[in-house]
Amino acid sequence: MSYPLQQTVTAEAPETPCIETSKLSAYYKSKQALHDVSITIPENKVTAFIGPSGCGKSTLLRSFNRLNDLVDGFRLDGNISIHGQNIYSPDVYVPELRSRVGMVFQKPNPFPASIVDNIAYGLRLKGIRKSTMIHEMVEWALRSVYLWDEVKDRLNDNALSLSGGQQQRLIIARAIVMQPKVLLLDEPASALDPIATFKLEQLIQNLKDQYTVVIVTHNMQQAGRVSDYTAFMYMGKLIEYDLTATLFTNPKERLTEDYITGAYG
Amino acid sequence: MSATTNKYNLGLKSWFHSGLPWIWLNAAAVSASLILVIGLLLLIAVRGLGHFWPKDVYEISHQQPDNRVYRVIGERIRTEPVGIQRLLDAGMQIDAGDRSQIERSLIKTGNRDITGLDFRWILDINILSENTPADITVLERKEWGAFYGYIKEIREANTIINSGATQYGLLNEKLAEVHQLLSQAKSIEKDKIGKLNYELERLRLKQRKLELKNKAGTASNTDIQQRQQALESQYQIYFQQLQELNNAAARTTVIMEAMGGERVEISLANIVRAYQPNDMSVFGKLIFYLAKLWEFVSEDPREANTEGGIFPAIFGTIIMVLLMSVVVTPFGVVAAVYLYEYANQGVLTRLIRVAVNNLAGVPSIVYGVFGLGFFVYTLGGGIDQLFYPENLPAPTFGTPGLIWASLTLALLTVPVVIVSTEEGLSRVPSAIREGAFALGATKAETIWKTILPISSPAIMTGLILAIARAAGEVAPLMLVGVVKLAPSLPLDGNFPYLHLDRKFMHLGFHIYDVGFQSPNVEAARPLVYATALLLVLIIIVLNLTAIYIRNNLREKYKVHDN
Ligand SMILES: Nc1ncnc2c1ncn2[C@@H]1O[C@H](COP(=O)(O)OP(=O)(O)O)[C@@H](O)[C@H]1O
Ligand SMILES: [Mg+2]
Repeated sequence: MSYPLQQTVTAEAPETPCIETSKLSAYYKSKQALHDVSITIPENKVTAFIGPSGCGKSTLLRSFNRLNDLVDGFRLDGNISIHGQNIYSPDVYVPELRSRVGMVFQKPNPFPASIVDNIAYGLRLKGIRKSTMIHEMVEWALRSVYLWDEVKDRLNDNALSLSGGQQQRLIIARAIVMQPKVLLLDEPASALDPIATFKLEQLIQNLKDQYTVVIVTHNMQQAGRVSDYTAFMYMGKLIEYDLTATLFTNPKERLTEDYITGAYG
Repeated sequence: MSATTNKYNLGLKSWFHSGLPWIWLNAAAVSASLILVIGLLLLIAVRGLGHFWPKDVYEISHQQPDNRVYRVIGERIRTEPVGIQRLLDAGMQIDAGDRSQIERSLIKTGNRDITGLDFRWILDINILSENTPADITVLERKEWGAFYGYIKEIREANTIINSGATQYGLLNEKLAEVHQLLSQAKSIEKDKIGKLNYELERLRLKQRKLELKNKAGTASNTDIQQRQQALESQYQIYFQQLQELNNAAARTTVIMEAMGGERVEISLANIVRAYQPNDMSVFGKLIFYLAKLWEFVSEDPREANTEGGIFPAIFGTIIMVLLMSVVVTPFGVVAAVYLYEYANQGVLTRLIRVAVNNLAGVPSIVYGVFGLGFFVYTLGGGIDQLFYPENLPAPTFGTPGLIWASLTLALLTVPVVIVSTEEGLSRVPSAIREGAFALGATKAETIWKTILPISSPAIMTGLILAIARAAGEVAPLMLVGVVKLAPSLPLDGNFPYLHLDRKFMHLGFHIYDVGFQSPNVEAARPLVYATALLLVLIIIVLNLTAIYIRNNLREKYKVHDN
């Protein structure tokens, strides 16, 4: 196993790999955004990607649910497998893959519909029509993100009437109601105020019991607070990847050290 | 003067640089446009709506050059100055002193059956006296236009039933009775006999179909003949009833004295309404006005469209616009979705987009020609060959009609819908698209469940523009289905209820027909304005409805604009 670099990991129970990439290179038209990235992300842990803006964190993250396929001129070399399945192999049905790999974006993006309909969106895509079943699952999802008590009296209100933090939790509920294995979060707190951020971080901590969480953040404190493992990226390359505690206290690479000590912005 | 004013108030140049003149110019341009639009609406409103107000009827004595005195009864339409020289040149002998202009009045005298014309000019200097006697009665007739004169006798079956002071009241009583009979007759004629005729025609076509298949003489054919006979005998019964009613209605007549002293007998069945405008109170006039207005929007036209109402034209306009909307929306949306979401954004797509944009600039008559050539003759002709061979050589769909007019207008307006739908699609935030994809939606699901609803306000905007253009379009319609007088509405109680093959009337064409094709231009002029006003109102109502729907959709599908 090409696991987080060597030794320290063994202190904990051995990890099962969830997402594995090998020699991953990504291009937007002729511009290369990722260079030979090989990383193994463990199951039921929170893994954070940090690095300066434009270093390829989102590109890597969005390769895990093939959302980059939508971008004109995007091309990928190398391999990504999730639970051992090569997700870029031709026999993968992409919508089904995406329903297994949930994603939450930088800014909350609720559909212009009611709270219930937002969460039921994916269920209905799956062909679930029974309203009692939908309601049960909606309630479960909302409870999982601690939103139920705040919205249970106005489930049919437009989702846009919620606050930013509530909306972001709604988006997470919308993702986890599909019962995915993996949850990808791309700077989920960057549009939120400190209190909403705090609630979100708590939520992420609890999610890892059931999901493999990958979170992109440019906020190092946040990475330190929520993640078990941290990967530092720079100019499309994976520079260092280790237990969060190790990476922050004892970085091996000079670049990492400069970045986490704030040598550049 | 303080230092500040000196510094900042350097006269014209600084005023110019301050941008104020620009603001004033903008404001002036906006005001000018507003004034023009409001003025236009006001003009047609006043001219058109004034027509229905009952005007005083004058009895005028005036002297002709031969020194004889004539009596004229009629409404004064307008008074205008006219140059003496022009009148002298026209061979008139007038003694106007040293004036170079005198006034003349246009009098609507009606009584076209007697005098041959509805209107005449009278020079004001020739008028000896004029007054407005209370007992002048105006009869609005189904034929020959209005009649102005005095009631002399009322007869029923050739016996005088009344003469004296209460004639006017009695006339109206009798009129109500006659109208009662006539409406019974009409209901028999339109509903019962109409249905019979329709059935008979269907049977005839069935028979013809059997003949075409060489099956004449079979059981079903004799069956048809029996049905025909039953219908024929039923027809005879109705026809009898109809005649009796018509005869009863025609029994009552009124003897009127016209302005020349002639006595004229007029059947009450020919009178729409009788009134004495000089004797009306303002309130009475108001009631009369509203009744006339209602008649205008709810009745069929009479007298080569110069009298009566314009209901069929209103109906035709609206139903055509609605049909067009039903066709153009899905078409435009599907085309736009393909162009924006699916087509390769290459040179070809860009070329198509340019072509679509330019289609909106093609003169509408060209669409009319295309509609006639392609829809009516090719498509309609083909449909007739395939589905209505029993009717040939009489065409069913191979002739201008409602469906072809709607399709032609849909074609005319589809570019607008495509352009604004594409605009709407492009404004859906990519975050929303990605949100749908990330939940496992396919492209089609994303488009149908998420993108199209969010774009629906833009689609409605396209439809609004399409309606505005289509409702005012006349030129192509003349080629593909509009007629000056349609025998029946495209919607009725006979299967299939909406008759897409029928010809129909349209307000825009009606304006043209009444205003410029009418034998009686003076009488038609106010109707041109009234019809124009109505056309504008209908377009406004259609648009407001669409805008209301759009605003609701906007509210419903509002998204974060990130
Ligand atoms: N849709 C795109 N088209 C072209 N280039 C892109 C696109 N998305 C990202 N890039 C480029 O790829 C590089 C990595 O971007 P990204 O993965 O978004 O970085 P990060 O999320 O770390 O800020 C950047 O240089 C960016 O300019
Ligand atoms: Mg990013």
